[in-house]
Amino acid sequence: MKPRILTSLAAALLFAASGARAQTEIQWWHSMSGPLGDWVNDLAKDFNASQKDYRIVPTYKGTYDESMAGAVAAFRAGNAPHLLQVFEVGTATMMASKGAVMPVGEVMKLGGVKFEPAAYVPAVAGYYTAPSGQMLSFPFNSSTTVLFYNKDAFKAAGLDPAKAPRTWAELVAAAAKLKASGHKCPYTTSWQGWTQLESFSTWHNVEYATKNNGFGGPDARLTFNGPLHVRHIEDLANMARQGLFVYKGRGNAPDAPFVSGECAMVTTSSSVYGNLKRSAGFAFGISPLPYYQDVPGAPQNTIIGGASLWVMAGKKPTEYKGVAQFLAYLSRPEVAAASHQRTGYLPVTRAAYELTDKSGFYKNNPGTDVAVEQMIRKTTDKSRGVRLGNMLQIRTIVDEELEQVWAGKKSAKEGLDAAVKRGDEQLERFQRATKS
Amino acid sequence: MAQEKRVSYRSRWLPWLLLAPQGLVIAVFFFWPAGQALMQALQRQDAFGLGTEWVGLENFQALWNDPSYLASFRTTALFSVLVATFGLGLALLLAVMANRVLRGATVYKTLLIWPYAVAPAIAGVLWLFLFAPAVGVVAHQLQAWGLPWNHLLRGDHAMALVVMAAVWKQISYNFLFFLAGLQSIPKSLIEAAAIDGAGPWKRFWTITFPLLSPTSFFLLVINIVYAFFDTFGIIDAATQGGPGQETAVLVYKVYYDGFKALDLGGSAAQSVVLMTVVIVLTVLQFRFVERRVNY
Repeated sequence: MKPRILTSLAAALLFAASGARAQTEIQWWHSMSGPLGDWVNDLAKDFNASQKDYRIVPTYKGTYDESMAGAVAAFRAGNAPHLLQVFEVGTATMMASKGAVMPVGEVMKLGGVKFEPAAYVPAVAGYYTAPSGQMLSFPFNSSTTVLFYNKDAFKAAGLDPAKAPRTWAELVAAAAKLKASGHKCPYTTSWQGWTQLESFSTWHNVEYATKNNGFGGPDARLTFNGPLHVRHIEDLANMARQGLFVYKGRGNAPDAPFVSGECAMVTTSSSVYGNLKRSAGFAFGISPLPYYQDVPGAPQNTIIGGASLWVMAGKKPTEYKGVAQFLAYLSRPEVAAASHQRTGYLPVTRAAYELTDKSGFYKNNPGTDVAVEQMIRKTTDKSRGVRLGNMLQIRTIVDEELEQVWAGKKSAKEGLDAAVKRGDEQLERFQRATKS
Repeated sequence: MAQEKRVSYRSRWLPWLLLAPQGLVIAVFFFWPAGQALMQALQRQDAFGLGTEWVGLENFQALWNDPSYLASFRTTALFSVLVATFGLGLALLLAVMANRVLRGATVYKTLLIWPYAVAPAIAGVLWLFLFAPAVGVVAHQLQAWGLPWNHLLRGDHAMALVVMAAVWKQISYNFLFFLAGLQSIPKSLIEAAAIDGAGPWKRFWTITFPLLSPTSFFLLVINIVYAFFDTFGIIDAATQGGPGQETAVLVYKVYYDGFKALDLGGSAAQSVVLMTVVIVLTVLQFRFVERRVNY
């Protein structure tokens, strides 16, 4: 009896050992929680089931800034993950950390995977591409700024629910009508720095910062205190004074009052779509970000948000092969299209967009193409995106200064001037820290 | 001054050996990190620590030239005075009351000690919910009384919110010590005073309060340190330092610059400044406040 148990045990051990040896584990740290977390886990599960050599292990590491701080600490301790999901704000920091990351283009070459940067949606991939044309990170979940509005509230206020406000003038008029009908929060905005200044700039084809908004080098400086920006922030401050725009906090905090029905309109990330579809107790519409009609060239294109996947340096070649396989898997038209339709994030590749279009998804789910339409355009040097160092701090500075404007403590010009001055100090600091 | 007690050991190494575990804990959890902070404060590093450059006092210079950092000192002073005053005052009141309760005293005590088990960030979120404009229970009631609550744009409201959350969290700790202090006051003293005709108010101020002074002093030091060091979780969850920078206390900026902005040099310089401030404050308290303490 005993020897048999021993041999079977030994066999089991051997089997387990060989199993472990055959499969290369790839650690993937991400920041997707709730239904988006399920999506990430499903992607890993499906990939793992599709082949036997590699196993993707996704781990939720907290919010974007938490997982990035965690990865930085792990890298310093010598046990960084293979794949790290980094929000767009951290892009410049990652790009400047050449010894810490491995360009995706190189990983693909190493893995022997055919890789065509042209297959990816330009406004999305362009953001993560180095001046040399090499793709540095993999665009995973990209969103952009859109306007959501509550159709039921529009109807109650005597507005046409089929007609969304296209321009800021129309939005003010709609907000006034909503207020007259007793609405306490006609309009609010999430990510005020992203929607009202960054995306606002590219949408009107005006500079947010010099050097093509930072794409042209680390010596870029902020320019979002120009006449058009001041005019817009002044308009919003006026709306705030009249109770047409109600400030609901930083980041995505204002999404909640829109989903609950408290606010009738919100400018926010297109990725709120999934949440609204699941939990909004009213009919809602999606429409492009409003613009100023008298600005030539507007509307141009809006700006990218969301995150990309970075491959960390210092791993084994076999592991990079696995990473390349996984990224290739994510780019497959059917996989990318399914991701786009499931989450509301932008399609990663053109093929995924075309596949989704052909399947009739956009016709059956009106509004889901708004974000795509805003992004699939030929970009200009001013509209390609905003890629600046210490962007996280700049966003916070913008939050702080705009709050002073909404509270009536500073004029629009004073607030924006102060934000530019403080933001430029951050840019200088970043430039000095990354020079060495 | 109380008489000094001297204990003599036969071996010269025994006292050091007995001190070693405590010394080791302090070395690992205080001196080592403090030394690292000092070193990093003189360096400039990129996020991943790939390039390190010695920059001397440049990080401190940058702080000195930053008006928002200097403003943060005022914010911190206001915040810690409010937290310590309300934290100690309310806890003392509650302890005196609880000390007089005869029936169900354990229930009261347990309930009062409970908040101490709540994580700071959760405390922040809890109060944030109560005071959320338009949906929070308390904000709703204030609105009904004609007091529109808006901590998103009103600096004073935001400060009140974080002070409430920080005090609420610390009251249990203070309460526990005050209660223990109260229970160690001999009943005979109070009874004697009562026989001599002193009312409850007079008894409290002339007998109870002076006898509580060692406890109060200890708690004062602890509460100031708490307000200075331990409150970034509450602030991050409730206001993120806003509106503007009106609730951005020093320790929140340390946390933000180090863990969110990944600027270790700047963050380390700030923690060195903060450490110095707290050391100076503690020394001052021992020199000037402790004189009035009766042991």
